Amino acid sequence: MNDNKTGKIEKVAGPLVVANNMSGARMYDVVHVSDKRLMGEVIELKGDLASIQVYEETGGIGVGEPVYTTGESLTVELGPGLMEAIYDGTQRPLDTLYEKAGDFITRGLRVTALDREKKWKFEATAEQGDAVHTGDFLGYVEETPLIKHFIMVPEGIQGTIKSIKSGEFTIEKTIAVVETDNGDKDLTMMQKWPVRKPRPFCKKLAPREPLYTGQRVIDTFFPIAKGGTACVPGPFGSGKTVIQHQLAKWAHAEVIVYIGCGERGNEMTDVLLEFPELIDPTTGQPLMKRTVLIANTSNMPVAAREASVYTGITIAEYFRDMGYSVALMADSTSRWAEAMREMSGRLEEMPGEEGYPAYLGSRIASFYERAGRVSCLSEKKDRVGALSVIGAVSPPGGDLSDPVVQATLRVVKVFWSLESNLAYSRHFPAISWLNSYSLYTDNLKEHIEEKVGEDFLNLQTESMRILEEESELEEVVRLVGIDALSASDRLTLLIARLLREDFLHQNAFHDVDTSTPISKQYKMLKTIHYFNQQAKDYLNRGADINDIENMDILDKIARMRYVKEEDQIEQIQNDIDSEISSLTGE
Amino acid sequence: MQKDYKGIANISGPLMLVENVEGVKFGELAEIKLTDGTIRNGEVLEVQGNKALVQVFEGTTGIDAQNTKTRFLGRGIEMYLSEDILGKIFTGLGKPRSENDRIIPEKKMDISGAPINPFARDYPNEFIQTGISAIDGLNTLVRGQKLPIFSGSGLPHNKLAAQIARQSTVLGKEEDFAVVFVAMGITFEESQFFIEDFRSTGALSRSVLVLNLADDPAIERIATPRVGLTCAEYLAFEKDTHVLVILTDMTNYCEALREVSAARKEIPGRRGYPGYLYTDLASIYERAGKIKNKNGSITLIPILSMPEDDKTHPIPDLTGYITEGQIILSRSLNKKKVSPPIDALPSLSRLKDKGIGEGKTREDHADLFNQLYAAYARGKEVQELAVILGEAALTDIDKIYYKFAEEFESRYISQDEYENRSIEETLDLGWELLSIFPKDRLKRVRDEYLEKYFSKFKKEEDQ
Ligand SMILES: Nc1ncnc2c1ncn2[C@@H]1O[C@H](COP(=O)(O)OP(=O)(O)O)[C@@H](O)[C@H]1O
Ligand SMILES: [Mg+2]
Repeated sequence: MNDNKTGKIEKVAGPLVVANNMSGARMYDVVHVSDKRLMGEVIELKGDLASIQVYEETGGIGVGEPVYTTGESLTVELGPGLMEAIYDGTQRPLDTLYEKAGDFITRGLRVTALDREKKWKFEATAEQGDAVHTGDFLGYVEETPLIKHFIMVPEGIQGTIKSIKSGEFTIEKTIAVVETDNGDKDLTMMQKWPVRKPRPFCKKLAPREPLYTGQRVIDTFFPIAKGGTACVPGPFGSGKTVIQHQLAKWAHAEVIVYIGCGERGNEMTDVLLEFPELIDPTTGQPLMKRTVLIANTSNMPVAAREASVYTGITIAEYFRDMGYSVALMADSTSRWAEAMREMSGRLEEMPGEEGYPAYLGSRIASFYERAGRVSCLSEKKDRVGALSVIGAVSPPGGDLSDPVVQATLRVVKVFWSLESNLAYSRHFPAISWLNSYSLYTDNLKEHIEEKVGEDFLNLQTESMRILEEESELEEVVRLVGIDALSASDRLTLLIARLLREDFLHQNAFHDVDTSTPISKQYKMLKTIHYFNQQAKDYLNRGADINDIENMDILDKIARMRYVKEEDQIEQIQNDIDSEISSLTGE
Repeated sequence: MQKDYKGIANISGPLMLVENVEGVKFGELAEIKLTDGTIRNGEVLEVQGNKALVQVFEGTTGIDAQNTKTRFLGRGIEMYLSEDILGKIFTGLGKPRSENDRIIPEKKMDISGAPINPFARDYPNEFIQTGISAIDGLNTLVRGQKLPIFSGSGLPHNKLAAQIARQSTVLGKEEDFAVVFVAMGITFEESQFFIEDFRSTGALSRSVLVLNLADDPAIERIATPRVGLTCAEYLAFEKDTHVLVILTDMTNYCEALREVSAARKEIPGRRGYPGYLYTDLASIYERAGKIKNKNGSITLIPILSMPEDDKTHPIPDLTGYITEGQIILSRSLNKKKVSPPIDALPSLSRLKDKGIGEGKTREDHADLFNQLYAAYARGKEVQELAVILGEAALTDIDKIYYKFAEEFESRYISQDEYENRSIEETLDLGWELLSIFPKDRLKRVRDEYLEKYFSKFKKEEDQ
């Protein structure tokens, strides 16, 4: 490391250190604090004074100790070895830290993010003499059975391949030499990227395809698009983390980046233990083989928590650039915002709402802005990648007027509103069907009608109408009792109950129920509506609503969610017919 | 050579500013010698130039700005440890409370601790039977979990915590266990209640008591839970012991933190609590857990009283965001003589899913649990409806829900302070209460379990 300049500490207040004699330093430069070499980042410059947020505990650090500048900004290492890794907020691999330092995280340990020793089998696809530009593929490494890790020409390099070779290499070995206007460049399988700078792409495209998640309330009612943004706000215990885990498990994305930002240690352990055991139904491979984890839990240093979301999203962009559909989950963005608030408070900046810095909204907006469906950077522009971003938000007391929620709602297109009342009655996912929304429905219409079913959106609209009607009818029942309702109102209540209990409710911990393919969601919905039609008919022919409420078929409808074989669900329509005709026949 | 600095530039609340210092480190422990010879303890909160800002644990009352001497010790607050801490009583700063409480230390540890590497954690999944149905059946506790009790003044949280400490066992295991009891600002009687209870069960010799009582210095409370958790970490991760830590009352801890923050003129967060309260509480609560390849564990039960019984108050709110669930006590249940008055609906154990089921509790536990919750939630709604419309206006099925909710509170949630129910008893009681429903109402239960268990309790004539 080139320590070109030394400053001296003038002040230490928790994670904030102020150093003087720092005139050469630039904003967001990485520095090393004291001879313990704690990593920090310059977040304010005033004259020759630099304010530094330190990514490690500052206990025992005092005035007069040295600060070494590095001249580099906070970067991540990108290359083979990312998959299945677990990193802290500044991309230190936690498994390596564990091997080196044991059970607890100690200070001043420098370890590289990517393994320098490991050899990867590089398969060149470009050839000598090819003209290459930034983003073009040179070749690939089969990093896991699920991920072909493409090696791309790094930013700023353009020229002709002078030599390139397949073979087994470590990530620091030259795999290709490119002749450029500025001389020959040796390329390796690793590149570095500053985390606070979005990785470039050719252009943004409108999202068109849904990102199916296997979660019925999401896919059917409030879908997110590939390349889209969504947020999940809710009080503690309402199911934010379970939803994020469910998406990490079942979302139809090729790469998952999961950021545990300022939340519980055991939740990361859960992922670490569970994902290698879970098998992706489409590929037959463990889900871990497509996953990168960033874990900067609540008890880890707060400044590194601030950095963790950037570290995560930069890694996600890198895989997007290869043309993959990537989904990133951040749990919880509120903890990131709080880390900003804490640093801002220590800098004595002018506070905005609730003590959050005035730039809260713009930071949140630029984070979500890094999502999108894009035409990737490359000469041929023939790749499309997508980065979908889903952030959990943890407002105090579940109050949606919280500045972080409000700033997030201004930028994201999907809102899954979690409600404690649903969670209390163990209706999970506790996503409110009345308050949530997705602004992607228009974008996705064509795709859904073509691929799922022409009447799918009608069924969806009709279901929503019934659920809305239910909430009005319940008001009536609350005031005057159930007897005041007509038979057809009672049927509406029954159908709404089927929709809620047998469709929207979904148990994340049940083998089959945990994820439902969209084709099955469609069949389930169709069955409920078919029942509605037939029951209405039957009522019109003078049936007693009590008989309908007690039909045996309701039991079968309730168990659709546990059934794997989709043709068994189609069969239920016949059973509905036969039960009704046996009722009318007698 | 440690230097004495004479005089203090500024005193404000629990803070004092010492000037013309040299080489003072952030977080360092300070010894403050008053003119009458008494010694107080402080911690460096900030160093800037030649100034050090010190938080005084025993408060600044009586400190003389001219003649007081401050010495910086070059280390943080340390706890002296050996297995002999069992059966001993310490002050809120970790010093022996009396001559009898002195030990010959084997090692010392900084009380701030270090974060457990998430990669080093082992997921808690061993069922702890507390013998309390509302916990075992509905909010199952597992070894290594942090599960707080949200209470309010006058509610029986102490009885509940003592019952948990008394009855907790892991089925089929005989292993070393210990209790670390940490008091922050509670009364002498309250702490005596626990000590007597531990004494009567013989647990006292397996307990470490860290006491900062109501008349002990308030700022000291900032160190107190850390002292207790340092003892717990030592016992759990170096001496293979399963440790149950009770922290009471976390509200007093948070108030001490607020006092310091106000004295520092920091920009306050909600209700005057500092913006870093979440991070600070996490540095305490996250010390619970299990570590791979270690035999011990730390199970943490913090108790806090919710100001105005308000669950959205920052202290319970931020706690709930960090801990792995919460047991909430309800004043209205307490009035109805439901005891322990556990409010089942908003209570939660997040780790139960991996601690229950076949081989741990029983195969039907998860389904049964979901069904009980759903039925009780509906029952509570019906009870509210009945208040408006009168019971007579309820439909037949709603009348059943109504009755169920009542029985559930009086028979399932309520139990005697000394009643120790086995998990089998708790589960069977759940089925017995559900047996008043027609079978097709029990949608949350798999058919096979309905067959196996429901039929057992369903009375012949209603089938
Ligand atoms: N889809 C679900 N299926 C079953 N249980 C759920 C589901 N979602 C949440 N839960 C239950 O709710 C608890 C709290 O959920 P969690 O996601 O941890 O909440 P949050 O992150 O909002 O605090 C979980 O431990 C689990 O018991
Ligand atoms: Mg969560």
